[in-house]
This record gives sequence, structure tokens and C-alpha cells, in this order.
Amino acid sequence: MSDVAPSIARMGDSIIARGLVKRYGDVVALDGVDLTVPTGTVLGLLGPNGAGKTTVVRILTTLLRPTAGSATVAGADVLAEPARVRRHIGLSGQYAAVDEYLTGFENLVMIGRLYHLGRRASRARARELLENFSLAESGDRPTRTYSGGMRRRLDLAGALVADPPVIFLDEPTTGLDPRGRTEMWNVIQTLVAKGTTLLLTTQYLEEADLLADEIVVIDHGRIIAQGTSDDLKREVGGERLELTLADGSQLPEAERLLAPLGLGPPTLDAGRRTLLMPVAGGASTLAETLRVLDGTSIALDDIGLRRPTLDDVFLSLTGRTTHDEDADDTEGRQS
Amino acid sequence: MRVPHVVADASVVATRNVIKIKRVPDLLVFTTLSPIMFVLLFAYVFGGAIEGGNGDEYRQFLIAGIFAQTVIFGATITGAGLAEDVKKGIIDRFRSLPMSPSAVLTGRTFSDVINNVLVLIVMSLTGLVVGWRITSSFWDAAAGYLLLIVFAYAISWIFAWVGMLVPSPEVVNNASFIIIFPLTFVANTFVPLDTMPAPLQTFAEWNPVSSVTQAARELFGNIPAGTPEPTSWALQHPVAYTLMWSALILAVFVPLANAQYRVSTSR
Repeated sequence: MSDVAPSIARMGDSIIARGLVKRYGDVVALDGVDLTVPTGTVLGLLGPNGAGKTTVVRILTTLLRPTAGSATVAGADVLAEPARVRRHIGLSGQYAAVDEYLTGFENLVMIGRLYHLGRRASRARARELLENFSLAESGDRPTRTYSGGMRRRLDLAGALVADPPVIFLDEPTTGLDPRGRTEMWNVIQTLVAKGTTLLLTTQYLEEADLLADEIVVIDHGRIIAQGTSDDLKREVGGERLELTLADGSQLPEAERLLAPLGLGPPTLDAGRRTLLMPVAGGASTLAETLRVLDGTSIALDDIGLRRPTLDDVFLSLTGRTTHDEDADDTEGRQS
Repeated sequence: MRVPHVVADASVVATRNVIKIKRVPDLLVFTTLSPIMFVLLFAYVFGGAIEGGNGDEYRQFLIAGIFAQTVIFGATITGAGLAEDVKKGIIDRFRSLPMSPSAVLTGRTFSDVINNVLVLIVMSLTGLVVGWRITSSFWDAAAGYLLLIVFAYAISWIFAWVGMLVPSPEVVNNASFIIIFPLTFVANTFVPLDTMPAPLQTFAEWNPVSSVTQAARELFGNIPAGTPEPTSWALQHPVAYTLMWSALILAVFVPLANAQYRVSTSR
């Protein structure tokens, strides 16, 4: 750091990244990302598939060298002293990187020994972690017999073996069923309560909402928004009116009729036959909507008002929902 | 990185791979079944035709060749195993740990030595059943086994490189067939060299697979009296020639595989 007198807050930052760029030939995976994670806080890095989240994690965990930019993690320079960084971090990747032929216990002992904790300490730590992650009973079974949720927990336990002060979790709940996801959230919340610094990537807005102190929204390798979940919701403003029509072909007509009631233009989803629109005025808007539609041929399956979610944040920032990239136009979406 | 760490880390990685051999006995069963099958096929199906006799002498000749071919094929486990680890994200986990980077490859090649030792034991027993005998001293025989293992160890570094180059276990397996089949067949492994056309014969005379086979035959005492002296220097000094090749392969492929490890895993 070139700052002569860094502020107190700056000295307490466990992760600092400046101007991270990663190019693969002509493809720009990251296009100048700055991040600061104060010690003991959780940063949620949010974005759709291919936004560059994993690239950020791989650079910060020394797995990948950036094309440009610099970063320090736990006080060590990621580029100049990768070995020092590795001593102070734990990584749990997007794919549960546990060895399926080893038992849960053997996996954790192996990791402990590679952190050079020594044989006895590694074994004791492995038992302790299996206990903490509700894996004690299955600890002596090969992990290929584990459920997806158990593997993820074991992978996370692997990141914690050396009790590192900084932990990176790359999409810890991708591919888990709702129950596995809730279990994982509980585990992460316990971790956060202990004061570990955490950088978490996710495609799930509710996950960032629930777990992160601060959220950075990333898309096409750039940061497009950042702040607390409340900041982001405030930025989007108002409530959301959501209609589901009985007949999806009537969406354009409903749009035309209802647009004057909104704070912003409605978004249509032909596949789900829904219309979504930011509104102000609460229940009176709801009544007004019903009045406008009354006397037309438009029949409703459902109507409701809700507080904006981070999905809405993403939509208003990018004009796309978070799942657009996967679904593309297969659902015949109109907008 | 301090040297003790490399060794300690590599032994942790090797232990992990050995546990896998234990957990997936099918793997060992198939790596040993195919050489047993080869021994039986060559001894009884081809043996008679090749020798024109009862095949007893051919079996003495054959076993060292089968040993050489099998331990070389064992090296492909190194490549396929590494490719699988890359695919499954295990290598990322390793790389995020404060371990010695070269321990990943070293550990893998160590555990494949253990695999080869097990395979050699099984094949030796099969050989004894079909009538193969060691007629030399204990130390000569031990040196024969050791030489096979050293040569296979060197070859496993070639496949460590291949495994990092093409990170898909299936591609590694296919690539290995293309490389290993000609190398192990255009050699003195299964037939005497004088039956081959001249260009192949020259290749085979200088093929290190021939020299390791020749060395093993000599050290096991499997060369009958009255066999004419080989014509190439390589086969006249098979132990030295094999060790030279092993050293050369290691000198080239250890750095190459490690460099490829850094490149392939930091994409």
C-alpha cells in the first residue's frame, strides 16, 4: 500500500483487491474489480453464471494470476507471497472438492497434514469438525456415499481445518436441495458469528441477503452495484406488484392498461404468464389495478404486492433477471 | 519450500492414492487381471505357434516381457489419476493449501510405484504357476525387479505430463494406448528380434523397453545357454542403457510435468 497514513478502517481490511483484470485472449472475464472486505465481515459477491465471481475467488486464493491489478489477503500480497496467503485462507469451491474414495475423516486429516498441523493435531481437528458439521456418524464412510449436502458440509469443513482467519466460499449452495441449503446457511451463520472474514459468491439473491453484511453485484466482469442489502433495495424503491394472468397472450394488453399505475415500466414473463411492476401506494394500488382490469376480458390467476427482493435489484440494474443467462429465450420471454 | 515438506506432503498425497487402491479393489483387480490374461494368452495361445514346441522355453522368455509391458502400462494410472483430480477440483483444493506444489505430482508417482509392486507380485505368482522360474541369485532377481520399477517410475512422469496436458482421464487412456502399444510390441518383449524386418529390428534393438526386458531376463536367469549375444550395444549393456534412459526421461519430464502443472491448473 502506498498510502502514507492508512485509515483505521483500512488497516482492518482482510481482503483488498484493486483493479483486478483477467483476460483470456479477447475474452474479458474481469474488467477492473475493486473489493474491500473489513475484517470480521461477510461480503456477498452476487451475479449470474459467467459474471466473473469464480475468477475473483480464484485470483484471491492464489489459484489464478490476474492480467492486471493487485490484491492483499490477510495482509499478504496475493501475487508476491502466495504461500503466505495460503497459510491464512480456507477455500471451499464451487464443486465439492472432497475425495470420494476417502472417508470424511481421512479427507480432513489429509488437509490438516497438508497445512502441516502434524498427525495428531490433524486427527483431533478432523474429529472435532465432523462433530461440528453433523458428520460424526458418517465420518468413517467413504464420501461417495454422502448426499450432496453432506459433501458440501465436508468441503466447507475442509476450508476450516486450520481455522483460517479468511474464508472463501464459492457458491456454497449451488445444486443443493432446499433442505441442504438451509443446513448450509446455518453452518455459515455459525461461522460468521465467530468473527471469520468471509467472501461468499452466490447466484441466489436471498442467500446474499441473508448472510452478507455487504453485497457487491457483478455482471460481465464489472461491479454494477454495491452496498448493504437494504441500500440496494432502497435504490430500487417501492413495492412490487405481481400479476399472473390466466392467458399469457393477454400480457401486452395488461401492460398497456397498467403501465400508467407503475413507478417504472412493467416486466413481462410469458412463460410464467406474469407481469411485474414497481409501484407506490400499497393497497390502494392493488384496488386500482383490479378496477382497471375489471370490465376487460383479462382474467387473473393471482395478484399480489411484495417488498422488492434482490432479484428485482438485479433486474432494475441490468434489465435482466439472474436466470436469463441459463434460460435464454427458451421460455419465449417478451420484454 | 523446504525439502522435508516436499517429502512429507508427497507422502500424504501418496497415502491418499493408496487408500483409493484399497477402497476400489476393482481397480487393482483389473490392472492385475489383464497381465494375468496376457501371461495365459501368450503362454498357451501364441506360445506353441511362436516356438513350435511345447512352449515351456517360451514361457521363460515371455514373463520378463509381460512384466515390462505391464509396469509401463501401469504408468498410465498416473496420468489418468491426475486428470481425474483436475476434473474433480481436488487439485484446486491442494493448490489452495500451503503445501509444496510439486508434492501433488510426486505423491502420485510414489503411489503408482506401490501399485506396480502389487502388480509385479501378482504376475510373478501367475508366472510361477505357468512354469516360469527364477534361476539366478536372490540379489540378481531383486535387482531385476528394482530395475523394472525404476524404469516404470520414469515412464510415469511422462504420463504425469500427459495427464496435465490433456485433463480428461479418457483422453489419457487413449493416448497411452497409441504410445505404449508400439513401444512395447516393437521390442523383444514377446518375440525374438531376429524375426522382425530390418528397420523394426533396429528400432527394437535400441528401444529401452527391449533393454529393460533384456536386463530383467538376464537378472532372473531366463536366458538359456547358447543364446547368441545381442548385436546392439544397448542390449549388450541392458542395465546401464535402461538406467540411462530412466535418468534422461526423469530429467526431461519431471520439470516438464511440473511446468505443465502450473500452467494447466492456473487457467
